[in-house]
Amino acid sequence: MSTVPIGTSLPEDTGPREKPARIGETRGDRLRRVLSSRLASVVALLIAALWTIPTFGLFINSLRPDDEIRTSGWWNFFTDPQVSLYNYNYVLYSDSQGGGLFLNLINTVVITVIGVIVPVAFAALAAYALSWINFRGRNALYVGIFALQVVPLQMALIPLLSIFSRGLHIGDFTIMPAWELDGVYTIVQVWIAHSIFGLPLAIFLLHNFMRELPGDVMEAARIDGASHSQIFRKVVLPLVTPALASIAIFQFLWVWNDFLVGRTFAPGEATRPLTAVLGDMAGTWGFGWTRLPAAAFIAIVVPLVVFLLLQRYFVRGLLAGSVKG
Amino acid sequence: MSKTRRISCLAAAASVIALAATACGAPEDEDEGRGAVPDDATDCANYEQYGDLEGETVTILGSIRDTEADEMMEAWSYFEECTGATIEYEGTGEFEADMAIRVDGGNAPDIALFPQPGLMSNFADSLVPASEEVTSLATEGWTEDWLNYGTVDGTLYAAPHSSNAKSFIWYSPSYFADNGYEVPQTWDELIALSDQMVADGIQPWCVGFESGGATGWPGTDWIEDIVLREGTDLYDQWVTHEIAFNDPQIVAAIEKAGTILTNEEYIYGGTDTISATPFQEAGYPILDGGCALSRQASFYGAMWPEGTNVAEDGDVFAFRFPESNEGDNTMLVGGEFVAAFDDSESTEMVRQFLASELYHNARLQTGPWSTARQGVDPANATTPINEFATEILTDPEVTVRFDGSDLMPGAVGASSFWTGVVEWVSGDKTAEQMATDIENSWP
Repeated sequence: MSTVPIGTSLPEDTGPREKPARIGETRGDRLRRVLSSRLASVVALLIAALWTIPTFGLFINSLRPDDEIRTSGWWNFFTDPQVSLYNYNYVLYSDSQGGGLFLNLINTVVITVIGVIVPVAFAALAAYALSWINFRGRNALYVGIFALQVVPLQMALIPLLSIFSRGLHIGDFTIMPAWELDGVYTIVQVWIAHSIFGLPLAIFLLHNFMRELPGDVMEAARIDGASHSQIFRKVVLPLVTPALASIAIFQFLWVWNDFLVGRTFAPGEATRPLTAVLGDMAGTWGFGWTRLPAAAFIAIVVPLVVFLLLQRYFVRGLLAGSVKG
Repeated sequence: MSKTRRISCLAAAASVIALAATACGAPEDEDEGRGAVPDDATDCANYEQYGDLEGETVTILGSIRDTEADEMMEAWSYFEECTGATIEYEGTGEFEADMAIRVDGGNAPDIALFPQPGLMSNFADSLVPASEEVTSLATEGWTEDWLNYGTVDGTLYAAPHSSNAKSFIWYSPSYFADNGYEVPQTWDELIALSDQMVADGIQPWCVGFESGGATGWPGTDWIEDIVLREGTDLYDQWVTHEIAFNDPQIVAAIEKAGTILTNEEYIYGGTDTISATPFQEAGYPILDGGCALSRQASFYGAMWPEGTNVAEDGDVFAFRFPESNEGDNTMLVGGEFVAAFDDSESTEMVRQFLASELYHNARLQTGPWSTARQGVDPANATTPINEFATEILTDPEVTVRFDGSDLMPGAVGASSFWTGVVEWVSGDKTAEQMATDIENSWP
């Protein structure tokens, strides 16, 4: 805080383009003014364009015929436009081992819907209990959950898979028998795994958000005779909707883009998500790599649309619990 | 806000339309190059020995994907129809990692098709040894060289599945005929031929080692081919680490490979291009006379551009990698091994089926494939190159050695050997340095 922002000290130090600091301007205001200047906008646009070029190239390539992809770069599309939807068609609907992504797309949607609703619902309940219900060991429990985020999920993959397929035993005593899930039912494992891995962060974020709610509102409701479940449903939920939405988007992107969990807990074609099969589509010798642009674009288009539609919640969610007042 | 909303809605609508548009008509199956499946394979009478497996499911995990997987599944579809069993196949590009997770997590597939015997031996504790029937089918069907690779500590665990002949050099028969070149029979003749081609004004060798995350593996095959031809004993000692990787004999063999691979005059486009050229496309200049020779395995036959006539009298074909010592008859091979993690009746029957002549004959005809199964008719193969490969592989006179990098520990065979070869051909390391570095990485 003690450092003086460049350009505010003396007028003769400032560059020719820099406007002198205005009287009564706070640091935040100044930052806002500099960042919304024309030059900053140009730079931002430039960075955005640079960042988008690979995705754009991928999209162009996905529309070109195989031979073209193989022999020339995507930019040749502009001098020699040749469009073919063959790759999309093959990738989505072929019943060959290297295609049929449509079914995996459905798997991903089914996995994602439950994989988002369940953890967000549980996290909301847990966050409410941890922030507004007084019980012994509440803080220890909260710290425990918070600490669990430190455990990398890669470490939990094999033990969790082992619990599903072998059950849980201590000596000869069976705590839980093996699940013996087959075929399409293995999707339950994926749902549970995603819920487990998503919960700590979701509880943490929602808890911070709920703590910020004014206690007076709860007390007023309690005086009017509302139970905890009524307070949760009628008072808290409407107030935390933006936070819920942002956490749901987080979880959605994570589950949709997940590779490792899907790969581990969804063996077999019946339940494999999109991401788990993408890399294998190129074939044994990697010769079918020309299909990958189309396949990859199918994989990113849904999160892209979701992100564009819900981005205001996303930005708001990033700040959830971090700023007071 | 409303503007971005509108744009996103448009994007959503556009993608839905795009999805729907591509839905018009599923792609057609390309049937070219497939032979007719023999009557024997479609006749249910031949499957009676496997009994009634109605309602049974056997899961198989392998590294074979895409078209090859389709063709493989077609070959065992008759087994499924006649016995009532269901075979669920899953092909993965991360076979090694997936196997480790599945086995540790208690979720192993019933059968795994191991492309690396070395990897298979890591799982020997969980594997079900071959039954008497499978053992007798295997001894009847494969030579001892092959069975050794399916054996761990004296117990046979797996019979081979497919087999690739790797010691092949691709060339253009018509180009050779036009220029009066002859197929070389010895290493010296090969070098003499290369020199003559240089004198005639071309860079004879097309070499490409790029293969994504596995870049460098085609180079390991080169060195293995040379070491194998210096002596099979030397080769066996080398892959089992009885002698060091930087043993003078091995360094000499690498340098011998270097007479071609690091020779600026020999390599099409120069030695700098080797590690950046995808192996799948490396041989293409042979078609238009840019280069004349490319060392690639038998499966390279499926990678030529559409319309290429791959035949002894066609555009391209392969000859066997020449021997260094008189009287040797060696072949470097690759392939898969059928190992089981489950001892149920249905798994046992599938193992017996996959080791049978019936299956191997059928598989030869469902698509480009080669096998070392004794008793199959090589003429069943769908392409001349696979017929040629199957003839060699089933010939008991040929000394067969498995791809060494697949037998070495993963830290070498799938890592330092690959990167070492790349550094060596690009001139960053001498043969000696490369061998010493690999030796140091041996676990």
